[in-house]
Amino acid sequence: MKFNGKVLLGVAAAAALAFSAPMLSAQDAAPKSIKIGYAISKTGPNAGGANITQIPNYMLWVQEVNAKGGLLLKQYGKRIPIEVVEYDDRSNSEEAVRAVERLIEQDKVDLLLPPWGTGINLAVGPTFNKHGYPQMTFSAVTDRAPELAKRWPNSFWFLGTSKQYIDALVELMVKLRKEGKINDQIAMVSVADGFGIDLSKAARAGFEAAGFKLVFDKSYPVGTQDMAPIVGEAERSKADTFIAFSYPPDTVAIVDQARLTSYAPKVMFTGVGTFFPLFPQRFGDNAEGVISLGGWSKDNKATMEYREKIRKLVNRDPDYWGSQIGYSSLQMLEQAIERVGKIDRAAIIKELQTGTFDTVIGKIKLENNMPKDAFWLLGQWQDGLYVGVAPQRPGVADLRVPKAPWKK
Amino acid sequence: MSARSLAILAALAAGVVLLAFVPSFTNGYQLSLAINIVSYTVLATAWTLFSGPTRYVSLATVAFFGIGAYTVAVLGEVMAWPLVLLIAFGIGFALSLLVGLSTLRLSGVYFVIFTFGLAELVRQLVTWYEVNITRTLGRYIFIDVTHAQIYWQLLALAVTVFISGWLIQRSKLGLALRVIGDDEAVARHVGINTTMAKVVLFAFSASFMTLAGAIMAPRWTYIDPAIAFNPVVSFQVLIMALLGGVHRLYGPIFGVIPLVMLFEILLAKFPNHFSILVGVAFLLIVYAIPRGIVGLIEGVQLSLRNAKGAGA
Repeated sequence: MKFNGKVLLGVAAAAALAFSAPMLSAQDAAPKSIKIGYAISKTGPNAGGANITQIPNYMLWVQEVNAKGGLLLKQYGKRIPIEVVEYDDRSNSEEAVRAVERLIEQDKVDLLLPPWGTGINLAVGPTFNKHGYPQMTFSAVTDRAPELAKRWPNSFWFLGTSKQYIDALVELMVKLRKEGKINDQIAMVSVADGFGIDLSKAARAGFEAAGFKLVFDKSYPVGTQDMAPIVGEAERSKADTFIAFSYPPDTVAIVDQARLTSYAPKVMFTGVGTFFPLFPQRFGDNAEGVISLGGWSKDNKATMEYREKIRKLVNRDPDYWGSQIGYSSLQMLEQAIERVGKIDRAAIIKELQTGTFDTVIGKIKLENNMPKDAFWLLGQWQDGLYVGVAPQRPGVADLRVPKAPWKK
Repeated sequence: MSARSLAILAALAAGVVLLAFVPSFTNGYQLSLAINIVSYTVLATAWTLFSGPTRYVSLATVAFFGIGAYTVAVLGEVMAWPLVLLIAFGIGFALSLLVGLSTLRLSGVYFVIFTFGLAELVRQLVTWYEVNITRTLGRYIFIDVTHAQIYWQLLALAVTVFISGWLIQRSKLGLALRVIGDDEAVARHVGINTTMAKVVLFAFSASFMTLAGAIMAPRWTYIDPAIAFNPVVSFQVLIMALLGGVHRLYGPIFGVIPLVMLFEILLAKFPNHFSILVGVAFLLIVYAIPRGIVGLIEGVQLSLRNAKGAGA
């Protein structure tokens, strides 16, 4: 038998059929939706933070992906929409563990999004790890992050450790002291809760190592309303630098009190709340010069667009620290899924660990499951925008010191 | 022992053996639900052990539960597990003796308020210690223990609580407590050392709660005072016990199972309206079934018997 063109064509056609057959059947087997689940604090003490930093990001991301038709999975050769399953963990670790187990075992979700806060992310860590789901936390700051990433290779710690923020702050202060803009005395107050304790502990070590003197160092209980004694004592200490590792209500009370008594330290750093949209709304021009965690790029079109979208969706701004990072982590997840082309969680984790991703805050490549130099650690209110002032990376704004005097 | 009580005993033993096999035919979520049910059974039964006969309503459950969790956080990684549990039991016992001796002379609403304050006091003390002494608020618990092992420990604890409760009810102490519950003044007049009786029972009840906290803690990896001393736990235990019925030791089980299931359904179907629906459920329970489910069943049985008697 001689192989003529017709036979070859027939073989080729048969081969094409044979190879395309499984693809066709796979397309038939394509699921109606990709199930993405999360348990988050909709009630209880964590609900406030979850509602500002996390939930709007989830809503926006799902809306945008589904507007495109869903996640593009090569395995099925088409886009498949996302279906969300959500639970309330009631700000309770035990509830969160059970809700995540329910999502995995009963709802059989394809992927999970993380809960809000350090404590609850740690509580559900073993469950995410046991079932091999990527856990991309962006509202947890823990000094054990590098150790946790090793223990649970599926876990990602976008906000990193408290030490990295303190290191950046110390570096800025050392520079200011060298330029003769501030003296070597610091007044520091901190809220007696996780955030205040961790950061003040790291700060104590960092400042002392750099030769600064903590002339005033005090913690106050959560829920303290009268900040007059604390701010008064800080003022009398004659320190050029005032640092408060505070929670939103205390942040507002401290700034109010400082304005009232015209206490104008050259460097003024306040805690959580400073980077919330409520801060400039409340303080207007007086917000100018206040420093805190996080930060926003001055001239990044992508983050500005992102802010507009969040505004449209929930009628308020995102915060200027975790929000944009959280949204970027979701973009990374989306890109990792589409590169892998199917819901293969081990491969998605691998891609997240090794790939480079385009996000609203720029290119991100992870190192030991944490972003490196991908976002601003410290920011300052300048001309109505909360701009990044550290670390030194492209687009960094110059720190404005001393802080402008209060306007009444 | 009569043939009937032997049969009941055998049935109960068989039931426990059967329950011990739960981890081998459930998935992680179902096991998690079983853990939730058994842990609340321990807490609500331990609560009933003291509050049932004495009618002292305690809101201190989470104080002891949290102390158990903290004992594990502090000692879990440096000591053998049975030793940790023993110490947790000891701490719970010693603390509850102290608290009991100083407060069980209070009665009525004063006691309720005191116990609620106790949970907050313990939480603030732990916070103060962590802030000023250790200078770190959260503690990490990395203990390799499977969920099945947690379940078995809780089941063993539940059996221990029931056996202790049964023994106490049959003892002189049990009789004394029932007299106290009916009328404390009368109890004192007939020569019962009421304070002693209450304190001993309170200590047993509290130590079991402490152990439950210790066994549960490894599930959370991380605890801080807000997590360990969450007041919602105290209220849930109270309402579960009341729903089941507190005049029988086994009563709370009939409250724990339906409420755990109800919470699950509400959380799954109405994640945004959970709190308000739970509030409605609580109101219904208190108004509609004041003597609990067990009381309801017994009432029905009684009226059936009466009806039969009238017919004959």
